[in-house]
Amino acid sequence: MSPDDLVRLTGVSVAFRGHAVLDGVGLRVGRGRIVTVVGPNGAGKSTLIKVALGLIVPDRGTVERDPAAVIGYVPQRLSIDRTLPLSVRRFLAMALPGGGDGRNLEESLDLVGAGHVMARQMADLSGGEAQRVLLARALVRRPDLLVLDEPVGGVDMAGQAELYDLIAGRAHDQGIGVLMVSHDLHVVMAATDEVVCLNRHVCCAGHPETVSRHPEYLALFGPRVADSLAIYTHAHDHGHLADGSVRPLDPGHVHGPECRHG
Amino acid sequence: MDEFLLRALAAGLGLAAVAGPLGCFVVWRRMAYFGDALAHTALLGIVVGLLLGTSPLAGVVAVCVAVALILAGMRRDGRLASDSLLGIMAHGALALGLVLLSAMERVRVDLMGWLFGDILAVSWEDAALVWGGAVLVLGLLAAHWRCLVAMTVDEDLARVEGHDVGRGRLVLMLLVALSVAAAMKVVGVMLVTAMLVIPAAGARRLARTPEQMAGGAVLAGALAVSLGLGGSWHYDTPSGPSIVVAAVGLFIASRLMPFRSA
Repeated sequence: MSPDDLVRLTGVSVAFRGHAVLDGVGLRVGRGRIVTVVGPNGAGKSTLIKVALGLIVPDRGTVERDPAAVIGYVPQRLSIDRTLPLSVRRFLAMALPGGGDGRNLEESLDLVGAGHVMARQMADLSGGEAQRVLLARALVRRPDLLVLDEPVGGVDMAGQAELYDLIAGRAHDQGIGVLMVSHDLHVVMAATDEVVCLNRHVCCAGHPETVSRHPEYLALFGPRVADSLAIYTHAHDHGHLADGSVRPLDPGHVHGPECRHG
Repeated sequence: MDEFLLRALAAGLGLAAVAGPLGCFVVWRRMAYFGDALAHTALLGIVVGLLLGTSPLAGVVAVCVAVALILAGMRRDGRLASDSLLGIMAHGALALGLVLLSAMERVRVDLMGWLFGDILAVSWEDAALVWGGAVLVLGLLAAHWRCLVAMTVDEDLARVEGHDVGRGRLVLMLLVALSVAAAMKVVGVMLVTAMLVIPAAGARRLARTPEQMAGGAVLAGALAVSLGLGGSWHYDTPSGPSIVVAAVGLFIASRLMPFRSA
């Protein structure tokens, strides 16, 4: 692992009850780099994230993490039982060993556009609000590595672009490494440095290309939002059979039905 | 007031002190069925205690702890103990305990006392044992409180933030097992879970933080013990069920109070 790497996975394979979920997956996230994992449902995206976090021990392969790195994690969703009385303020303070001071907590919540929910109970938040609070909680830790599992789920369209902007800004200004999952292949933030297309194995990995100011995007989202959207283009180095398994690329490569990244 | 009533009150208040906070975790983490399974299995502990010639209570504590460890191990395996599996185990153990107890001709066991509690028969020694156990349980609970609350919110998040979730889970299971053993003496096998769940549920509406709910549950439990024992003395009703009836009355009263808003 190079000194710049925060986390590095090599040849990671995971199987649940004999069913392969990840097969020989490699991945690295360096400081200030944003790596986005895309792929269809059941591609193993969340499993990959959990392996990177050390929550799942892979059957094969190695996971190296910078032991000094502070990690901010945003799970796909949080289901806090309604019987647990917990204010947003307390939930944020729990992320810090000392509980943190009020200003810190307020700043991070303002940053994600949810300053107004500070005194509310976690169980009363809407899905989008809860997701923003989760992101604020990850940021308040001043992380070296942000691990985000579909961080904008339930957030409205304009809010999604804002949050992606925020994440990209943090990564590039403060040198935070970001490992992020998105199930939406067509909308990957422009600032993503690397896209990893996952379908149990890594189909391909590459740089996204910023979409030009296409009139339809502008009409749909407005010019500000369009800046945050990109279409991911890449070249395949292999093909797929109908079951998703890899075959060598031939000139007439046709995507298999499971490989929706073409 | 008669001395036996004071002894009962002392033991009952000691139980309320631990049942409050632990009951909150039982409610938050939906472990009510786990508590039932422990209590029913504990009847086997009486048999074990008698066979080994130790006190029945020692057998109960040993069996509760063993079952908690087994169940904790099953959960770590990922093969989650389903409701039906717990149910089969609980009722199987209860039935087996009853069969074995009746087969032991030479010893006479006050079965009703174990099933429905025999708090009026506790000695000062028993009361001291309950309070000693309570101090130990509350100390352990306080030492692990941050971790336990964090893992109740989200286990993955807690682990990423450096909490030892495996140890926390084990501690919680053991503490619940100990409090179940203590509660058996007071309200009996059939009503153990009531002592854990009802005061905590009653405190929910008035609480804004986990600590407030735990404190409220202690007060509700203490009040239920006092009212139940008073009623039992006054109307000559069985003490364990009277305590639970008082707890249910307090719970209903809490539902009728206006909800505290933010």
